[in-house]
Amino acid sequence: MIEIQNLTKYYGHIKAVENVSFTVQKGEILGFLGPNGAGKTTTMRILTGFFPPTEGRVKVAGFDITENPLEVKRRIGYLPENVSLYNDMRVIDYLNFVGKVKGIKKTKKLKKQVSNIVELCGITHVQKRTIGKLSKGYRQRVGLAQALLGEPEVLILDEPTVGLDPKQIVEIRKLIKELGGERTVILSTHILPEVQMICERVIIINEGKIAAIDTPDNLNRQLSKQLVISMEIEGETQKIINVLEGVEGVKEVKPKTKKGKIKQVEVIASPDKDIRKELSQAVFENQLGLYGLKTVEMSLEEIFLKLVTQEEHHA
Amino acid sequence: MRNSYPIFKKEIGTYFFSPIAYVVITIFLVLSGYFFYSTVAYYSLISLQALQNPYMVSGLNLTEGLISPFFANIGIIAMLIIPMLTMRLFSEEKKSGTIELLFTYPLRDLDILIGKFLAASLVYLIPIIITMVYLAFIRTITELPVGPLLAGYLGLFLLGEAFLALGIFISSTTENQIVAAIITFGVLLLLWVIGWAANFTGPLFGKILNELSLVKHFENFSKGVIDMKDVVFYLIFTFYCLFLTCRVLESKRWRG
Repeated sequence: MIEIQNLTKYYGHIKAVENVSFTVQKGEILGFLGPNGAGKTTTMRILTGFFPPTEGRVKVAGFDITENPLEVKRRIGYLPENVSLYNDMRVIDYLNFVGKVKGIKKTKKLKKQVSNIVELCGITHVQKRTIGKLSKGYRQRVGLAQALLGEPEVLILDEPTVGLDPKQIVEIRKLIKELGGERTVILSTHILPEVQMICERVIIINEGKIAAIDTPDNLNRQLSKQLVISMEIEGETQKIINVLEGVEGVKEVKPKTKKGKIKQVEVIASPDKDIRKELSQAVFENQLGLYGLKTVEMSLEEIFLKLVTQEEHHA
Repeated sequence: MRNSYPIFKKEIGTYFFSPIAYVVITIFLVLSGYFFYSTVAYYSLISLQALQNPYMVSGLNLTEGLISPFFANIGIIAMLIIPMLTMRLFSEEKKSGTIELLFTYPLRDLDILIGKFLAASLVYLIPIIITMVYLAFIRTITELPVGPLLAGYLGLFLLGEAFLALGIFISSTTENQIVAAIITFGVLLLLWVIGWAANFTGPLFGKILNELSLVKHFENFSKGVIDMKDVVFYLIFTFYCLFLTCRVLESKRWRG
């Protein structure tokens, strides 16, 4: 669906994106991850045809962005990072305007699509209000609504959940997940669990270059060299340590708290085998009270930091 | 062209949703009404004097005494008002960031430009058309020659389009509305009076300055003369400014 080859973009002498290549399949949800100024927004803006690349080729649904910008733009719905809308227009007028600009000529079809999308984005009760008077969350949803208008095959969402309240975030994530499958979605975010939740593949970009492309799970597996299990146990600290260290596969036991009845410990083990069952058995057999047990997965944040620092070591 | 229509409609909505259109139209009509009243009052005074002095009658002429000053005055008001109409067209979109989404919709730069240009033209033409009411009042008293009126209004139309095109071009080059308005007004005023220097410079340079002058080309229209040379001047001026605007929009994209 989307093909990017050797994409490079300069702003004057400043290199924003360098030699980025990747492809996105139809129906895929791709996450874009990177620190500020890594080139996420630049790459997305090039994809939307807002400005052309300095070098490289971008193809959307077989159309080249520099040769056939209108055909590409017809197939893309875009939600910018700081969504700026016409503040003096009413929501419904604005959406009708966008629908017409996107080429929905028939009034009946437009009306139907707008009312569907308004409902989908949960802005039915504010549709008669002026955009400038809406809260940030609602404006964000109007932004999403305008991106969905015209039923584009590709959605490009630059930080779609910023400024929403937790309930709305859950709703929007669900919506994006539903959209994937029939639409191709590229979204950037700095909320890392979001990527793990929604995206099928992740691109980590740093200083304008791609640091890694893979599924969130694979990235996790590749980069974590140990399994960390956090446990809450009632009993004496020394006894707990002795008991847990006796379990096969345990490399190290780190006490986290000293005071209180319930102690927190972190068990570090090799990643080859899941030893949670053995650990809990050991706790029971020694008459200690088990209050909690869970694996501590390496977060994408850590993966991200690791990748970025590794890059620096290579350089 | 079809793609320009939603843009045109949106811009019209913005003009009439905000006070801009109402203020512009009201001020335009108040000023032109006052100018018209003074012209008519002066003309009737002269006519009364002419009754006692038969020599003056030969110099009395509706076209020269009434119609010509009327159109010249409206031309000046247009110069004052048009920068206010065009200043926000692109600069506001750039400053607020709405241009980002606008540029990612399936529209060509030209579609956007034409939509905005036509919307501003309409707002300009509304008070121009209303001024015809003034002349209708005169018609209740005396016959008015139709030819010079048509020529005058054609002149106002062409002059206005040229002013609007320049205003849009300048609006596309800056993010600041006030800067856009002041530069537009400055350039218009300079082009209006540039012919004054023609008297002091050499014959060749003087001719060039005269040809550049916006007022020189308008004088013929206000006298009731349609000269192809003047029509072409305004059309070229308009299209050149619109062409430059397109280039500015394009280059902004390349630079990012």
